[in-house]
Amino acid sequence: MPFNTFIRLCLLPLAMVVVAFFLLPMVRLVIVGGSGDLGVGAYAAILFEPRFRATLINTVMLAVATTASSLLIATVAGLFLQRHRFPGRALLVAMLTFPLAFPGVVVGFMIILLAGRQGLIGSITLPLFGEKWVFAYSIQGLFLGYLYFSIPRVILTIMAAVEKLDLSLEEAARALGAGPWAVHRDVILPALRPAFVASGAIAFATAMGAFGTAFTLATNINVLPMLIYTEFTLSANIAMAAALSVGLGLVAWAALALARSFSGGTVAAAG
Amino acid sequence: MTGGQGVTLRVEACGKTFPDGTRALEPITLDVARGETLVFLGPSGCGKTTMLRIIAGLERPDVGGRILFNEVDVTGIPIERRNVGMVFQSYALFPNMNVAENIGYGLKIRGIGKAEREARVAELVALTGIEGLVHRRVDQLSGGQRQRVALARAVAARPSVLLLDEPLTALDAALRERLRVELDRLLRTLGITTIYVTHDQTEAMMLGDRIVVMRKGAIAQIGTARDIYFSPASRFVAEFIGATNIVEAECHDGMLALPGGRLPIQNGASGAVVVMIRPESIDIISTEGAVLSGRVGDVSFIGDRQRLTVSGAAHKPLLVDAPNSLGIKAGDIVGLSVKPEAIRLLAGD
Repeated sequence: MPFNTFIRLCLLPLAMVVVAFFLLPMVRLVIVGGSGDLGVGAYAAILFEPRFRATLINTVMLAVATTASSLLIATVAGLFLQRHRFPGRALLVAMLTFPLAFPGVVVGFMIILLAGRQGLIGSITLPLFGEKWVFAYSIQGLFLGYLYFSIPRVILTIMAAVEKLDLSLEEAARALGAGPWAVHRDVILPALRPAFVASGAIAFATAMGAFGTAFTLATNINVLPMLIYTEFTLSANIAMAAALSVGLGLVAWAALALARSFSGGTVAAAG
Repeated sequence: MTGGQGVTLRVEACGKTFPDGTRALEPITLDVARGETLVFLGPSGCGKTTMLRIIAGLERPDVGGRILFNEVDVTGIPIERRNVGMVFQSYALFPNMNVAENIGYGLKIRGIGKAEREARVAELVALTGIEGLVHRRVDQLSGGQRQRVALARAVAARPSVLLLDEPLTALDAALRERLRVELDRLLRTLGITTIYVTHDQTEAMMLGDRIVVMRKGAIAQIGTARDIYFSPASRFVAEFIGATNIVEAECHDGMLALPGGRLPIQNGASGAVVVMIRPESIDIISTEGAVLSGRVGDVSFIGDRQRLTVSGAAHKPLLVDAPNSLGIKAGDIVGLSVKPEAIRLLAGD
């Protein structure tokens, strides 16, 4: 068998997987999205129908807030964890990455246990302030849940990046008179930028598309995955659900693509 | 902090023991004069970099150690307020800033205005000969250009002390030679009190007003290049600096008894001695009337001269530098002569 033929044969499994599990379903989804009462207009409806637009904006805002908060918390924690050795550090790092082991449903359940009607926060605030603070079943609860499972993903990436920081750069900045704030602003944070972009994109895409947590907390939270679910199952509006799915996919994919172009292809989608 | 171009530097009983108990540095005391260039020279692990980091303020000396700039104790002052300039082996240029921003960083941190900063950067760019590169990103620079930028950045804010940690080690041999000359000129122009760490004896001898030869965390010898080359304090120093012959022999009546003959020496030692003879101090003469002779082994041509190994004269083959004009080939029997004053008696190891 000629060598070239052999190489082409090796390509076959990849081609089969791409066609069967990627191209065909995607094409079908796009076609279905345009086959409803609105026709191709279903795609425009995502942006122009007030209910859909509000949900899209809501979802993007939630994802942005999750990403920003995860980055902030994970950067401070990651810098500390990578730079200091103390007893119990390994255990703490293991604990911080624990949420990776849970599906969204379990995370949602934990949020209910924390901030639900019978939750821990409510039972503390009732005697203190005379009222029960309950926010598990709202977008705030969802935000907390997303934060919970975004932080591990971000913190691991940041810790890996901190480990690779060139210490002599920080020493050089200090020698030139830079105090701790200036060293962080001018040396450490710029060096961590690729890690921010990579882990931020994953946090964003995950928060855009996560479903389990939202589904566990309440069915009436206004986020895109929930909207797709209700359009599909309750309203049986399959075409609109397909159009919304394509829209959601595009936003998340754009975030990852943008991140990839910044960080040179090291962004792996997760979640 | 102390400003200006030159301070006196005093290192007082500075030792360093790392948390794991490793003794990196025995307590060392030394003084550096205003504007002097002092080179710490030694093999890796001798403590020279630790010494530099203590002077910089990146490491604290063990209790009892003090660093004084112009008689002022700066031991407790962190590096960012010590007003030192530092050049790292890796140059440590900020990748997120261009050349001009790198050079001007120390001035910016000190709150110096844009106009003054730009004027000073331009001055240093001219001094270090990197005109035309100011807007480049640092990853677009060659090794030699990076070295110049690192030096310009280190001296931009007129530091009290300039610290250089193996600044030429990362460069290839030809470039290193050229930059050594350039660096020497720059250091003399600037007149800053300078501490220079290297493992390269040629660099040390060329750049240092004085050289501190370090070994296992302690000073093996301190002196000018000539002192150290011609009068090494120990066998370690003699072997570390330059090519040399260490000869172990018996000495009687002012004569060194060797397998290939006898050599007159100056001082009146007797018994078993260790002496040093530099290859260039041995002259090749005719075997007739020679007090010492041997057989030529290898002949290596090293450009301006040829280096021979002569066996049979001493217990171990001797390195001898001879002029190129001398027609010598392997296997020749030659006579050797050494002036008594070129034979240095060595103490200890």
